[in-house]
Amino acid sequence: MTTKEYESYYVPAQSKWPIVGAIALFLIAVGAGNYVANLNNPESVGGGWVLLAGIALIIYMMFGWFNNVITESMSGKYSHQMDNSFRQGMSWFIFSEVMFFAAFFGALLYARTFSVPWLDGAGNNAATAAILWPDFTATWPLIKTPDGTETTGMGWYGLPLINTILLLTSSITAHFAHVALEQEKRGLLKFWLGLTVVLGIIFLYCQGLEYAHGYADEMKLYLDSGIYGNTFYLLTGFHGMHVTLGTIMLLVMFIRVLKGHFTPKNHFAFQAASWYWHFVDVVWVILFVFVYIV
Amino acid sequence: MTTDVINDQSEHDSHDGEHHDHKMTGLKRWLYTTNHKDIGSMYLWFSFIMFLTGGVMALVIRAELFQPGLQIIEPDFFNQMTTVHGLIMVFGAIMPAFTGLANWMLPMMVGAPDMALPRLNNWSFWILPFAFAILLSSFFMESGAPNFGWTFYAPLSTTYSNGSTAFFVFAVHIMGISSIMGAINIVVTIMNMRAPGMTYMKMPLFVWTFFITAYLLIAVMPVLAGTVTMVLTDTYFGTSFFDAAGGGDPVMFQHIFWFFGHPEVYIMILPAFGIVSTTIPAFSRKKLFGYSSMVYATASIAFLSFIVWAHHMFTTGMPLFGELFFMYCTMLIAVPTGVKVFNWAATMWRGSISFETPMLFSIAFVILFTIGGFSGLMLAMTPVDFQYHDTYFVVAHFHYVLVTGALFSIFAGAYYWLPKWTGYMYNDTLSKWHFWCSLISVNLLFFPMHFLGLAGMPRRIPDYALQFADFNKWVSIGGFAFGLSQLIFLVLVIKCVKGGEKAPAKPWDGAEGLEWTVPSPAPYHTFETPPKID
Repeated sequence: MTTKEYESYYVPAQSKWPIVGAIALFLIAVGAGNYVANLNNPESVGGGWVLLAGIALIIYMMFGWFNNVITESMSGKYSHQMDNSFRQGMSWFIFSEVMFFAAFFGALLYARTFSVPWLDGAGNNAATAAILWPDFTATWPLIKTPDGTETTGMGWYGLPLINTILLLTSSITAHFAHVALEQEKRGLLKFWLGLTVVLGIIFLYCQGLEYAHGYADEMKLYLDSGIYGNTFYLLTGFHGMHVTLGTIMLLVMFIRVLKGHFTPKNHFAFQAASWYWHFVDVVWVILFVFVYIV
Repeated sequence: MTTDVINDQSEHDSHDGEHHDHKMTGLKRWLYTTNHKDIGSMYLWFSFIMFLTGGVMALVIRAELFQPGLQIIEPDFFNQMTTVHGLIMVFGAIMPAFTGLANWMLPMMVGAPDMALPRLNNWSFWILPFAFAILLSSFFMESGAPNFGWTFYAPLSTTYSNGSTAFFVFAVHIMGISSIMGAINIVVTIMNMRAPGMTYMKMPLFVWTFFITAYLLIAVMPVLAGTVTMVLTDTYFGTSFFDAAGGGDPVMFQHIFWFFGHPEVYIMILPAFGIVSTTIPAFSRKKLFGYSSMVYATASIAFLSFIVWAHHMFTTGMPLFGELFFMYCTMLIAVPTGVKVFNWAATMWRGSISFETPMLFSIAFVILFTIGGFSGLMLAMTPVDFQYHDTYFVVAHFHYVLVTGALFSIFAGAYYWLPKWTGYMYNDTLSKWHFWCSLISVNLLFFPMHFLGLAGMPRRIPDYALQFADFNKWVSIGGFAFGLSQLIFLVLVIKCVKGGEKAPAKPWDGAEGLEWTVPSPAPYHTFETPPKID
């Protein structure tokens, strides 16, 4: 066994932030539930407001909670072991996010390999196709569903390709920012980190443009245009939400860098944001391959 | 040398003052707490309240099924009862009880001052009551509570669902967040907070099982979140993931759900293995037989749990290769599980056994869980599963593993550690009454279900054919007896919290582990400087 010096592990005394966060989550769930359950009921109001109140409260919680953590960290209360706890916690959180996307990729691959071909009679399903869906032809992208909804496939060139390049570049610039931080080149750090944030925002803008194209009359690619539109919008949509979150995280890091936070040895928050950014990048590459190209 | 460092540190600690009995009083203590023992207690009480809530629903079901015909409730309400009973028992009773045990015991067992991320720990707990408040509030909505079974198969949960599905979805989302955050805390505590010298293979088996369970949780709870999200969009936003008309497939729902669902059942049984692997050696006064094989068996079961999900769906018309693959993989699980049962038996073999209540529950666990395992093996055989599928045989099977398995292990653990938690011995007579009443009634409750299922009585039906009447009558009597027996436990725990015979630091002479080196009740903060393990 290696003898390592024991440092005290900081256990915060009490905190009001978790219960604030719990109430916020409750408001979000009740608000969202109400809003969604009454989508077709124009008389219903309130759900959306409760949802917004919940989101506001959770943002308030994040400010307070992170403020506590940053103050504790900067006053030197955290040990090396504490830093490890944060790192490991963040990595397992990212792993759980990977599994969240895995569910939707699973749905995409299942639809493409099994359900769509089966509806056209593949395997031992000839009778299903002949009796239930005689006019259906399996294609991918599924431009005509069994019940006759028509749509258009999104090509991989153009905006999606530009987005891929943007996101890959931003992963590299995030890495450069990290290197600059470790070498204590604050000027370069600001430049690369700022550039990463800008690339993230441009990505989101392009994603918005792409959605606008999809929803335009020429393409008629809607969320409810059959399994192709479902998987397309949910995968790119959840990815886009994660990019948004990642961009906000990086932006917060940028502001903290401007305030002079982080040292070459102590920059867990920066590292976490950068890991998260690499994670959304990897998800995009997989998404680009399976949603757009193949 | 390490000892020196530790001594220096404890001196330094006393200057710190930050975490020295800052115990707040009243409600704020519980709302703001970061203490693993407080949070553990809250988890345990919450799970017991949920257990009684879900239990009442089970009794409503059994009351309706006491006689053939529709007597007490409407079929739709019956469906709501089965659905919410399942959801509450899985996510509200069994899982939080295990998380409560993990919170209380893990830091003490690995010699850590607290869980690794104490504030997150508080959040993981406090979002749970809100999630169940949302779920239960749907009973008071116009449309009623979810009525599609706890497995919420599409299209029952999409095309044919009632108006409360959105609330169900968001409640499950919160339960998932709670489980994932709790699991991350457990993993990080175990990886990062072990006392110096406690290598992985020196950890108590209890710690190992929670370690592996936490990985399962992190891996599959997000998949559940994805599943309910697809149900939400299918129901409210016109997507067709589970609708053939749009190119989807209702069977796809079952694949994605059971990819979560099968590891989930191991999430509810692996910690049980950890508990009885603690209690059986203690009351047999022997070391656990085959410690390392227990670790590997647990890991193998966890791995296999990811590749057996479709044994829940043998009758959906999978390709033959799929049926065979999932059948053989499922049967393979019997091997590591058999290793475990063998090791428990071998631990007791020639031990000097005494039959305190935790041991009684543990022995009952080994025998009755094995019965549940065997019926699982029967269900694993594809051809015969076509007969058993969706019958009371399945209900009997999973209640044997979850009630006489998971729940009995929780009772064993609770009796084992109650003296450590409260500082008082529990009332032995009451505990024996609790055990024997539970044991007899639970078998009366669940054993005849095997016969009902083999004879063809379908599950989740409020009415049944006349020939099933006798067995159902006995099952219902067993159900009410079992439910009432649990009130003994409630009284016992309240008495034990209030007082009784003072418990020594180590009330069980065969018990091992760091938790017995601290006084009873365990001080508010333990192991602020870690003990050294040789």
